[in-house]
Amino acid sequence: MLRDAWLVAGKDLRIEIRSRVATNQIVPLAVLILMLFAFALGPGRQVLAPASSGLFWLAVLITALLAIQRSFAVETGEGAQDALRLMGLDSAGVFLGKMLAIAAQLVLIEVIIGAGVVFLYGAALHGMVMVLLSCFFGTIGLAAAGTIYGALAAGLRVRETLLPLLFLPIVAPVLLSGTKAWDAALAGTVSQGWPWIRLLGVFSIIYLVAGVVSFGPLMEAA
Amino acid sequence: MATILMESVIHLRSAIALAGQFPVLAGVDLTVRRGETLVLRGPNGAGKTSLLRVCCGLQPVSQGQAVVLGHDLVADRSEVRRKVGFLNQAGFLYDELTVAENVRFAVRASGGRKDRVIPALERCGLGGRLQSTAASKLSTGQRRRAALAVLVARWPELWLLDEPHAGLDAGGRDLVDGLVREARERGVTVLLASHEHDRAAPLADRIVLMAGGQVMGERAVPRQAALFPDEDAPVAGAPAEPAPLALPPDPGEWAPAPEAVNVA
Repeated sequence: MLRDAWLVAGKDLRIEIRSRVATNQIVPLAVLILMLFAFALGPGRQVLAPASSGLFWLAVLITALLAIQRSFAVETGEGAQDALRLMGLDSAGVFLGKMLAIAAQLVLIEVIIGAGVVFLYGAALHGMVMVLLSCFFGTIGLAAAGTIYGALAAGLRVRETLLPLLFLPIVAPVLLSGTKAWDAALAGTVSQGWPWIRLLGVFSIIYLVAGVVSFGPLMEAA
Repeated sequence: MATILMESVIHLRSAIALAGQFPVLAGVDLTVRRGETLVLRGPNGAGKTSLLRVCCGLQPVSQGQAVVLGHDLVADRSEVRRKVGFLNQAGFLYDELTVAENVRFAVRASGGRKDRVIPALERCGLGGRLQSTAASKLSTGQRRRAALAVLVARWPELWLLDEPHAGLDAGGRDLVDGLVREARERGVTVLLASHEHDRAAPLADRIVLMAGGQVMGERAVPRQAALFPDEDAPVAGAPAEPAPLALPPDPGEWAPAPEAVNVA
């Protein structure tokens, strides 16, 4: 399983590096979203800094959608899903591999958006441990849920429009608990953030386990 | 029955496969022995590709019996996949990866040996700079050769070839023929679906005619005859060769195919 996961993750990341979609499209979109939020809310840091937690996670969610769609777009070419199934790869390995590749891209996006909220919005990150933990569990949860719903939508003609409808409501707990944990970290009241970190952790584990168990039938159905 | 299952690589009895509600296989009876090269013929929509997809575990069998390489496909169709090589018309490659990366990924993912990749590519006419060329820049024929290279590098027990000559130049077609002959000599079982009878018949030990998702008839091809095929020889169980562009004839007009056990 781990060997297959490594193989699939390596393949997906190599494809992304070659295609440069992440660096030329997704990252610029993330920066654009941050700037648009600033236009919408006003340029004053006194408005943007308190809202930066929610804006960070909202920007991450929107750009994560693109990374997930891209991950499954490369598998929906002529006969591609057949090819992946025919190789006899362990389905849990395929899930973990695709999830890891999406997670790696999310980390890059989060670093850039995180830098954006610090420098553009003037957010002060007091509790770095909490920020890093929320990003870690949030990334795992978003990548795991995204991989499941990406596979679910991959076989459908309306996948581009269906995926956001499936994915965004499901990851609302990540938006909520990630924002609350960041709020605690920004305000320096770290103790108030731990319940939200626990919620993020539970969400990540649930979707990780669900993906490992259900990805085989999902691939066959798609 | 147990002996038949042991000797046969493919054993289908009344196999029905559905695409939605439509039966793409409507009760197929077929037995293929180890080392046999079987050519599937029939008009478009006859069920040739569906039969190949069933044999490699991609298409589920809804009813009947389907055993391939000892694996019961009704119970579990995933286990057989690593033992089977399926060359379909899509010949999928990741456009962003090079030819060598594509073949290496496919071979490693299916449990094959990495050191066979370069010799396989060279054998399939993809040596030198072509190996480091992105798949998006390949011609249709070169993509087919790359898909063939995966098959050569893996060298599975059962080859399922869907229109293997399509899109290839004369050299590529000769390459396919040579590989199928070598596979037969080395005991590999080959199932080949083709509309190009002139090309496929000389490779066959047996020709099976399909129509309407069923096996309509079959004919054994003696090895000598396989080298010099008699185009006029009728297929057992079938009254006449269907015209290349004709609509699929009514299966009811044809005599049932002889029991595969007796013919094989």
